[in-house]
Amino acid sequence: MDMLQAILAHPWFTPLLLTALIIGLFPLVAGYIVLVERKVLADMQVRLGPMRVGPHGLLQPIADALKLLLKEDIIPEESDKALFWFAPVISTFTALSAFCVIPFASGVYVADVNVGLLVISAMSSVGILGIVLGGWASNSHYSLLGALRSAAQLVSYEVALALALLSGVMAAGTLSMAGIVRAQQERHIWFIFDNYGLMLIPFVVYVISAVAETNRAPFDLPEAESELVAGFHTEYSGFRWALYFLAEYANIFVVSAVAVTLFLGGWLRPFPNVSWLELPFNYGFPALLFLLIGLGSLRLARKLTWRPHAIGMTGVGLFMILLAGVVLIPPVNAVVSSPFWFLIKVGGFVYLMIWLRGTFPRFRYDQLMNIGWKIMIPVALGAILLNAIVGMLRIS
Amino acid sequence: MPEGYLPIFVFMVVALLFPVVAIVAAKLVRPSSPFATKLEAYECGIKAASSSRGRYTVRFYIVAILFVIFDVETIFLYPWAVRYQSLGWFGVAEVTVFLVILVVGYVWAYKKGALQWV
Repeated sequence: MDMLQAILAHPWFTPLLLTALIIGLFPLVAGYIVLVERKVLADMQVRLGPMRVGPHGLLQPIADALKLLLKEDIIPEESDKALFWFAPVISTFTALSAFCVIPFASGVYVADVNVGLLVISAMSSVGILGIVLGGWASNSHYSLLGALRSAAQLVSYEVALALALLSGVMAAGTLSMAGIVRAQQERHIWFIFDNYGLMLIPFVVYVISAVAETNRAPFDLPEAESELVAGFHTEYSGFRWALYFLAEYANIFVVSAVAVTLFLGGWLRPFPNVSWLELPFNYGFPALLFLLIGLGSLRLARKLTWRPHAIGMTGVGLFMILLAGVVLIPPVNAVVSSPFWFLIKVGGFVYLMIWLRGTFPRFRYDQLMNIGWKIMIPVALGAILLNAIVGMLRIS
Repeated sequence: MPEGYLPIFVFMVVALLFPVVAIVAAKLVRPSSPFATKLEAYECGIKAASSSRGRYTVRFYIVAILFVIFDVETIFLYPWAVRYQSLGWFGVAEVTVFLVILVVGYVWAYKKGALQWV
């Protein structure tokens, strides 16, 4: 027992546990984000989406992963083999590395360094290399064009992204990710509502730039299937292709986490300083959410005709109802409520990105570059000045 | 505090090992039966007419050069943003001057048509 406590209190315990959890679980999480994306898009297009593998397609990610693992991996004869091999590794490595400074709750992070936000910016910049090298090494016209587009697009929107983040940094006075959340707690405000609502401008600029930065629709020109086959990963197959996808979904998670940390209060629940709201927000909301998901699953299970699927869906429903009960236990709730709020906000942001993909048609390339250079960057610069002046008026 | 960065270093080593191990592990289980046609670059079923190590439009270079300028400007702004509250109006005035110079360059590039993508 003493030894267990000694291990738990060791300064390396949380970082190492989180490292193992993030690297070990994120591929699975990414798979399920893909499933959610397919299901949500299907729903928007009035179809059902994956239904066969597991009840309502719940085991589809695992089947996909196994399929990709067993697929033949083709390296084109004329490609640059070493770069071809290494490019997806760079993409995955940089995308995953950005996770190391994300605070999931107070004290729950791999590291909290005073340049946290810069670490994430740096990693996402290096991530471009994986795409450019992959596209170039393939020695295929489609790949090269996709890679060039991706590079041009990323460098254009990266400036707007960094400028939009600046306004948040000004309000927080620190680059440490956990410090930014603590600043919001001390100021009793989410930074999106700061400066009498003017922070909404950099937030909107950030959201648009983040969608472009992650190569998501409506800015998915590097992989525009209607003109470039699959863009920079045309020649990639099997598990290397899966790594590119893992990197893309890791990037989506990271930009969402940065938006949540900087603008939406990170792990804080709504109104974190109003103590009587703890009961509805920390106990009521998660319990009700899991309970509703559980009851919904049970209802769906009744409609499934194939017995194994019905049993599986019932199991999911019962598990969710059990979760609803577990989060009501006070010691458990004290631990899980902060990560719950962080993840639910990130989840909302990821949903927004899927929603955008289901709603908007793809931009033309000149429109995309014009939006980046002629609208996003001037607006972001103006927002910095405006927020600097209004913020100074507010302080003094 | 260098020890604060050690977990990041450990994390990055693990993050680098993950894709490498995944590719090597996949190699052990997947089939491999390559033949000449399969190993060609994708081009509608026929062999590509030209190598893709050719030329491409100069627009990409201009964007890259502009990116270098603007990205460096952004990095200059970060230290000020961190110290924004303690520097007060003096800092705001200084940054306004800095941004005005930046905007002059931006307007020049705009007028020259460097941002026009045709």
